[in-house]
Amino acid sequence: MKFDQARWITDEDRYEPLLAEKRSKTVSVDADDAGLPDELTRDELTLPSLSEPELARHYTRLSEMTYGIENGPFPLGSCTMKYNPSFTEDVAALDAGQVHPDRPAESIQGTLEVLFRLQEYLGRIGGMDAVTLQPPAGAAGEFAGILVAKAYHEANGEDRTEVIVPDSAHGTNFASGALAGFDVVTLPGGSDGRVDCEALENAVGEDTAALMLTNPNTLGLFERNITEIADIVHDAGGLLYYDGANLNALLGRVRPGDMGFDVMHYNVHKTFATPHGGGGPGAGPVGVGNELAEFLPEPRVRKTDDGYELFTPESSIGKVHGYHGNWLVLVKAFAYIARLGDAGLTDASAKAVLNANYLASQIEYDVPFEPFHHEFVASADADAADVAKRMLDFGVHPPTTKWPEAVEEALMAEPTEIETKRSLDQLAEAFNAVANESQETVEDAPNRTAVKRIDQATAARNPRLSWQALEFETE
Amino acid sequence: MSFEVPEDKQYLETHEWAQIDTDANTARIGISAFAQDELGDIVFVELPAVGDEIEQNTEFGVVESIKAVSDLYAPLSGTVSAVNELVFDTPELLNEEPYGDGWLLEIESIDTDETDALLEADAYEQQIE
Repeated sequence: MKFDQARWITDEDRYEPLLAEKRSKTVSVDADDAGLPDELTRDELTLPSLSEPELARHYTRLSEMTYGIENGPFPLGSCTMKYNPSFTEDVAALDAGQVHPDRPAESIQGTLEVLFRLQEYLGRIGGMDAVTLQPPAGAAGEFAGILVAKAYHEANGEDRTEVIVPDSAHGTNFASGALAGFDVVTLPGGSDGRVDCEALENAVGEDTAALMLTNPNTLGLFERNITEIADIVHDAGGLLYYDGANLNALLGRVRPGDMGFDVMHYNVHKTFATPHGGGGPGAGPVGVGNELAEFLPEPRVRKTDDGYELFTPESSIGKVHGYHGNWLVLVKAFAYIARLGDAGLTDASAKAVLNANYLASQIEYDVPFEPFHHEFVASADADAADVAKRMLDFGVHPPTTKWPEAVEEALMAEPTEIETKRSLDQLAEAFNAVANESQETVEDAPNRTAVKRIDQATAARNPRLSWQALEFETE
Repeated sequence: MSFEVPEDKQYLETHEWAQIDTDANTARIGISAFAQDELGDIVFVELPAVGDEIEQNTEFGVVESIKAVSDLYAPLSGTVSAVNELVFDTPELLNEEPYGDGWLLEIESIDTDETDALLEADAYEQQIE
């Protein structure tokens, strides 16, 4: 097996100047200052000045210097880095999808039908009665879901001030609870890596608005006591919130709604192969049980005798994004679900679990918590961040590191259903090669990548966030 | 690996130190050499402002390293009388001189009874061994 990315041999190979550093020109502009104050206007502007082929080569080279799912395995645990099949892009590029959101409902019945059917699909997949497609990202879905829970309690005349989050939860859970105005109570995990029901009993009370949980949890472990957990929370008058980050492990087997969850968000980029948002357009639909449906964001889509129409739920919390959310991302999720169908989704989920278990069985690092589902957390016997950097030298993307904290020097791996046995073996070989190397070699990595070890401290202390902060020569 | 634990300071189990001036009823506060080593390269510090009240064993600020974000706990209660502004632009001072130029706050109106809850240098040294 050949791992080397041999292009990166000398320091010169590893250097790609910024566009502005390649060639820049300073141009004078004599524009109307529109009454702006002097300190906000300028007469000269320095801009990159390159031919089209130079520009094309620059970006191609940058793409060669980075690593993505189209280069090789990308087992970033918890992030669920799937390859997104290109047919979803084709569907989203159809002319029929390019509609203005202000067009009257009767002229965009097809658009509304897609949205309605996606609401129905997601509701059926999650065991939820009503779904909003509006939130533009997973974390935005969490926030919207918690606001819905808050509105529900307020409508019942209850003043509940706390949201409980297990210490192993995704950081967004703590943030969503706090952003929605709740005090966030951290629940320590049990020794088996799962929720400790006794600790939960002690944590819940008349202040409890909700418990936010993901299942399987961040160690890939299924919360076996989920019905007991649901009872504890519900008996205290709280709601159970499902973080959809790990739904990929359960498709077609069990549904959050059936486990007792009242609210959930869907990470369509993790479960249904839409692009990861990365700050750009994403989607994080939210599903709820009947008793919470009236509080969902508006607009939602419903079917009437005359076709499809938009409506505002009775006690809606309002809008959390413009219009219907990020429509073309939703189209991709719809296309993926429709194409795979019940059997395909169930199969994808089973393969995600199988792949994680096969990979774990092939690596030499200890995996302290099992049996796990779609991801596992191994313990590196060295600094996990160094191990990860060294893995880059073997032509694979490393796993997530140092989290969850229940495992020392955690390596959290999630190959997803997309990998073949061959690429899983390549991944295992990279894990094992690094496991058997000297500390010196590992600490010195990466060496074969386009960029060697980055000085993280200086990058964090003195960030240069714009090319304009750099000094360069102009023509 | 052993770390410097100056005897003129008293320590909180969470690795903050206080150097107390009993005559003036003031104290200077920082983090221990052990703490900075555990954290790794520190890149960001958040502190209260002059005039703010801090309370013993309660969070008063945040340090962020390339490894983790950690809360700072107050070894003593008091009113902030000075903030080491140097650490905002050069947080590496916490790594380089945790007991010197990397100090964080000075507080006044301290309650000397609270010092009973702090560890002396030898006891703190045992804790981090």
